[in-house]
Amino acid sequence: MKNKIIASIFILLFVVLVYSIMQMPAGSGTDSLAYSESTEYYLENAASETGVTNIVAAILTDYRAFDTLGETIVLFTSIVAVVSVLRPDRKPKEGENNG
Amino acid sequence: MDDIIVRSITRIVIPFVMLYGIYIVLHGHISPGGGFSGGALVGSSLILYTLVFGVDKARKKFSHRVSEIAESGGILLYLMVGILGIFLSGSFLSNQSAGFPMGELGSLLSGGIIPILMIGIGVKVASTMISLFHILIEEEK
Repeated sequence: MKNKIIASIFILLFVVLVYSIMQMPAGSGTDSLAYSESTEYYLENAASETGVTNIVAAILTDYRAFDTLGETIVLFTSIVAVVSVLRPDRKPKEGENNG
Repeated sequence: MDDIIVRSITRIVIPFVMLYGIYIVLHGHISPGGGFSGGALVGSSLILYTLVFGVDKARKKFSHRVSEIAESGGILLYLMVGILGIFLSGSFLSNQSAGFPMGELGSLLSGGIIPILMIGIGVKVASTMISLFHILIEEEK
């Protein structure tokens, strides 16, 4: 009985999800959601405002530079976490003696 | 890996892989690529060296000290450039408004802070890859 209730709830959720996917706008062309005002702004102004020809680099390190700083800090934090867990011995011979 | 073919081919291939990675980092603002992809290439060439020649030899080339400096240096370069923007124009990581030289569009020396930030990201990504690999492989011994 309990399994049937859970299964019916999941089927209902699945139907709702499929219905919401059908309602989404088409994924290509100038009418899609991804093609917004900011896209045109970047295409028109990136070269004059940042002085680079690679607009991806302009967005990554100029318009969204703070976000890229966050990504770099994630890398730094990951390496600090791994080193703190798996601390390698600075002197391997002494490390073997200490166990 | 005690194989003469693998050793010889690796000796030939590594400089070119590393050169291509550095090229992608330095040209990140005028052609596809950038700090993340170029740094990954440089890091993979160092991983290849460790796999072929062993971790002891690789540790002489890329020691803990170098790893520490590269790890902190990449992120500190990024932060210093950002803080320089505060003093010059009042906002963090500002580029054109802070008066950094823009250069000619499409040339190697252009884009103000963008190439400097790309170098910082490249150093960071390369050293993260190789440091993680070394730490994990040393734990195996």
